[in-house]
Amino acid sequence: MTNLIIILLSAVFINNYVLAKFLGICPFLGVSKKLNSAVGMSVAVIFVMLMATAVTWPIQHFLLDPHDLGYLQTIVFILVIAALVQLVEIVLKRYIPALHKSLGVYLPLITTNCAVLGVTILNISENYTFIEAMVNSLGSGLGFMLAMVMFSGVRSTIEGSDIPKSFKGLPITLIAAAITSLSFMGFGGVIENLFA
Amino acid sequence: MKTLNNFTKGIIKENPVLVLVLGTCPTLATSTSVINALGMGAAATIVLFFSNILISALRKVIPDKVRIPCYIVLIAGLVTAVQMLVKAYAPALDESLGIYLPLIVVNCIILGRAEMFASKNKIFDSAVDALGMGLGFTLALFLMATIREVFGNGTFCGLEIPVLSDNKISIMTMAPGGFLVFGLLIAAVNKFGKHKPKKSEFGCAGCPQAEICSKAGCADVKEAAEND
Repeated sequence: MTNLIIILLSAVFINNYVLAKFLGICPFLGVSKKLNSAVGMSVAVIFVMLMATAVTWPIQHFLLDPHDLGYLQTIVFILVIAALVQLVEIVLKRYIPALHKSLGVYLPLITTNCAVLGVTILNISENYTFIEAMVNSLGSGLGFMLAMVMFSGVRSTIEGSDIPKSFKGLPITLIAAAITSLSFMGFGGVIENLFA
Repeated sequence: MKTLNNFTKGIIKENPVLVLVLGTCPTLATSTSVINALGMGAAATIVLFFSNILISALRKVIPDKVRIPCYIVLIAGLVTAVQMLVKAYAPALDESLGIYLPLIVVNCIILGRAEMFASKNKIFDSAVDALGMGLGFTLALFLMATIREVFGNGTFCGLEIPVLSDNKISIMTMAPGGFLVFGLLIAAVNKFGKHKPKKSEFGCAGCPQAEICSKAGCADVKEAAEND
């Protein structure tokens, strides 16, 4: 149990996907402007990360590994994720229209989000068990959400402030991200010692 | 002349990283050292080169409705091939690039070029375009990695630089340094770059995020889509 908590907390704070591992930077820069869309995008990412892990982990361990097909990992995973996203969208549209309405726009975008492919590959390369992999995916998704939500606040403050012209827009956002990332480095070492 | 223009536009005028801000994940992650940056640039250029050629050659065969999945499968196949080559001949590079090597599959630059250029142009033009864009990507990575490695580690390609190696600013090679250097470089490009390319001409329409993305040019794509 302690093990799982450590995996969860370190995925959220220490190895934050956006601020420490640079995965999912595109949606981070593109969609973090408004709180609503930041939350919508993050919830969709968490959802797809969990689904993708639940499907790709068994595929790797029961299909690819026993038949020595490990080298097909990249192709199989990206195809599975793309198909899965489409399927989820269709199912949601048919049975839970309310949820589809709030997540719908974000779902198709996630296929080519490197955070999703990244988490599925990392779960395999870190040799996690199925439960650990799911917890890691949840933590990574929550970490993504934390970064997105924090940033939508930072950005709305930046909008109103007087900054040099050439820094407007993306550059100042990146510099703010640098400072946020710096503060996240402070979490390093905290979580291992939490249960010691 | 047109060929030359196709080649050079990716290097400076429409540099995929610094001007169009695509492929940010690998740029930030692999620019910690010059060797890594060059390795990443070369790997992505090879994939881009072959994917552009293949997609251009197959542009009349691939049905319009399923083109994106087709492109993704082609690109994933090429990435797997490159991954196996790197594992076999440069295991050290494979170790240091780690997860970012398979993640070339979801690099917006490659899918963007497939959608915006290769699917509409002849094989030769597409190949030239891929080389230009690949070179632009590599140069931007090289520039960022040089700054980060020289200041953060006091070395250049592993060679020690006299004064700087005693006064390392090690934060530069860590995550915050990546964001900082990238932000400053884009600000410099905004300040000194005269030409502003329209994003709608480039990859944003190819990027699945275009519709809700708030990066400068993406809004144009959205408007264009609404007007259609």
